[in-house]
Amino acid sequence: MSRETLIDLIYLISATTFLVALKGLGSPKHARRGNMVAASGMLLAVVATFFKYVDGHPLHHVLLILLGIFIGAIVAVPVARFVKMTAMPQLVAIFNGVGGGAAALVSITEFVHIKSTHPATYVTLEVLLGVLIGTVSFSGSAIAFAKLQELMTGRPVTYPGQQIINGVVGAAALVLIVTILVNGSTPLLWILLALAFVLGIAFVLPIGGADVPVLISLLNAFTGLAVAASGFTLGSNLLIVAGTLVGASGILLTRLMSAAMGRSLSNVLFSAFGSNITASGATDREDGRSVRSGTPEDIAVLLSYASRVVIIPGYGLAVAQGQHVLRELAEELEAKGIEVFYAIHPVAGRMPGHMNVLLAEANVPYEQLKEMDEANSELQTADVALVVGANDTVNPAALEDKTSPIYGMPIIRADLAENIIFLKRSMRPGFAGIENELLYNPKTLLVFGDAKDTLTKVVASVKAL
Amino acid sequence: MGNVLLQYATVLVLTIFVGTEIIAKVPSILHTPLMSGSNAIHGVILVGSILILGAANTNLEMVLGFLAVILGTLNVVGGFVVTDRMLEMFKAKPKTAKPKSDGVAE
Repeated sequence: MSRETLIDLIYLISATTFLVALKGLGSPKHARRGNMVAASGMLLAVVATFFKYVDGHPLHHVLLILLGIFIGAIVAVPVARFVKMTAMPQLVAIFNGVGGGAAALVSITEFVHIKSTHPATYVTLEVLLGVLIGTVSFSGSAIAFAKLQELMTGRPVTYPGQQIINGVVGAAALVLIVTILVNGSTPLLWILLALAFVLGIAFVLPIGGADVPVLISLLNAFTGLAVAASGFTLGSNLLIVAGTLVGASGILLTRLMSAAMGRSLSNVLFSAFGSNITASGATDREDGRSVRSGTPEDIAVLLSYASRVVIIPGYGLAVAQGQHVLRELAEELEAKGIEVFYAIHPVAGRMPGHMNVLLAEANVPYEQLKEMDEANSELQTADVALVVGANDTVNPAALEDKTSPIYGMPIIRADLAENIIFLKRSMRPGFAGIENELLYNPKTLLVFGDAKDTLTKVVASVKAL
Repeated sequence: MGNVLLQYATVLVLTIFVGTEIIAKVPSILHTPLMSGSNAIHGVILVGSILILGAANTNLEMVLGFLAVILGTLNVVGGFVVTDRMLEMFKAKPKTAKPKSDGVAE
C-alpha cells in the first residue's frame, strides 16, 4: 500500500470517528466517550498529515508547524479548562471564530500558492467562498463574544439605513467575487477579505442578546461550510466530510431554535428584535401598578407547604451562579416529601440547552428536567412555580398580546400554577426588553436581589421550619 | 478535473443527509454539547493549515500558514476540552448516590 493510500485510509477512520461522536451525543451516557473518540480521530489525522507529500515533496517548515501547534495548545487548554461555566457561551463563540479565521487563512494562502498555475474557475470560486464565509464567521463570532462578555451592549445596535448599508456591502462582496473569478486579481482578494470582515460585524450588531444562542449556532454552521470549502480547494475528503457535518448540524440546530421561539430565522437575524420596545414599554408602566414583594422567609413557607413545586430557571440563575444552592433547596423540599421538577424552556439562557448544562453541573439528575410541553401539562396541578432568573420565557404576552414582539413564542405556563414566585435582580425587563405582565399578577410574589443570596436564605429558612 | 469535482460533490451531498439524520436524533438536553462538539470537529481545519504551511514557498504564505496553524489548534484543542468539560458534568450523575463506586477516573 502506498503512503498516500495509507494516509487517506487514516483520514477515513478519522471521519468515521466524527460521525461516531455525533451519534454518541444521542444519549448522555455515551456522549463523553464519543467526544474522546472524535478527539483521538482528530489526533490521528493530524499526525498522519505530517507524513503527507505536498507538491511532490515532504512537508516544509515542520518546526514552524510544531511551534504553531504548541502556541495554540498552550493558550487553548488553560482557557478551556478554567473559564467559569457561565462564560461557556462566549468561549464556544470565540473557538468557533478562530476556526472560521483559520479556514479563511487556508483559503487565502492556497489562492496565493496556486495563482501562478492559473487554476480553474471552480477552484477560485471555492477559495473565494471559503474566504467570505470564514471571515464573516470570524468577525461575527468576535462581536458575539463581545456581546456575551458584556464588553459591549447586549441590545441590538441599530443605525439609520442599516439594512440598506448591509445589503450594499453584501452586494459589493458578490460583485468582487465575480470580478476575481474573471481576472484572478490578488489585490481584489484583500479587498474581499476586508469587506467580509465588515459584513460579519454589520450582520451581528443588530442581533440582540436574547437571540445570540441562535446566532452562535448559525456561525458554527458558517465555519463548518468554510472548512468544507477549503476541503474542496485542498482536495481533502476529510475536510469536506467534517465541515459538511458541522454545517448540517448547525443549520438544523438553528432552525430548531428559531422554531422554539415561534419566529422565523430571518426574523431572528434581521428584525433588530427588542431594540425600541423597551423605551415605550418600560417607562409608561412604571407608575401606578403595584407588585407584591416578599422575603426569603415568605418563600420558604410557601414552598414547604406545597406538594408540587416547579422550578423555572433562566439566564439570571447562571449569572448569579445559584445552581448549586438551587439543587440544595430542591433536595430539602424533596426530603419533606414535596415533588420537585425543573421546567426547561428550549431557549432559556444564552446557548441551546444552556440550562441543562448549568443544572447538570450542580448534579441535578436529568430525569428531573422536563421539556416545555411536558412541564406545561403538569403546571396546572402545581402549587408553586418558582421562577429563578427567567423572564421572557414565562411572559404571557407571548400568548395574549398580539402587539407584543414575542407574540407567538411558546412559553412555560408559570401563570397556570397556584402561586408564582419570581426571584429577580430588579424590575428591569428581560433581554428581549419587554414588560412582563406576570409580575403584576395577584398570584405573584416577587423577591428582589441576587438569586444565589436569596436562595441561600430560603434554604436556611426551609431547614429551620 | 471535472470527475474529481463530482466525486467531492458526491461526498458533500451524502454527508449532508447522514449528518442531518444523526443530528436530528440528539435530544435537546444535549444541544449545548452538540454545538460545542461540532465546533471542535470543524477544528479539522488544522489539517488543512498544516498542509498549506508545509507547502509554503514565500514569506507571505509562511506567515499566513503559521497563523492558520495557531488558530486551527486553538479551535480543535479548545473545542474538545470545553466539550469534555461539559459532558463530564452529565456523567457525574450516578456518583451523588454512591460516591466512588464505579471508579470513574477523575
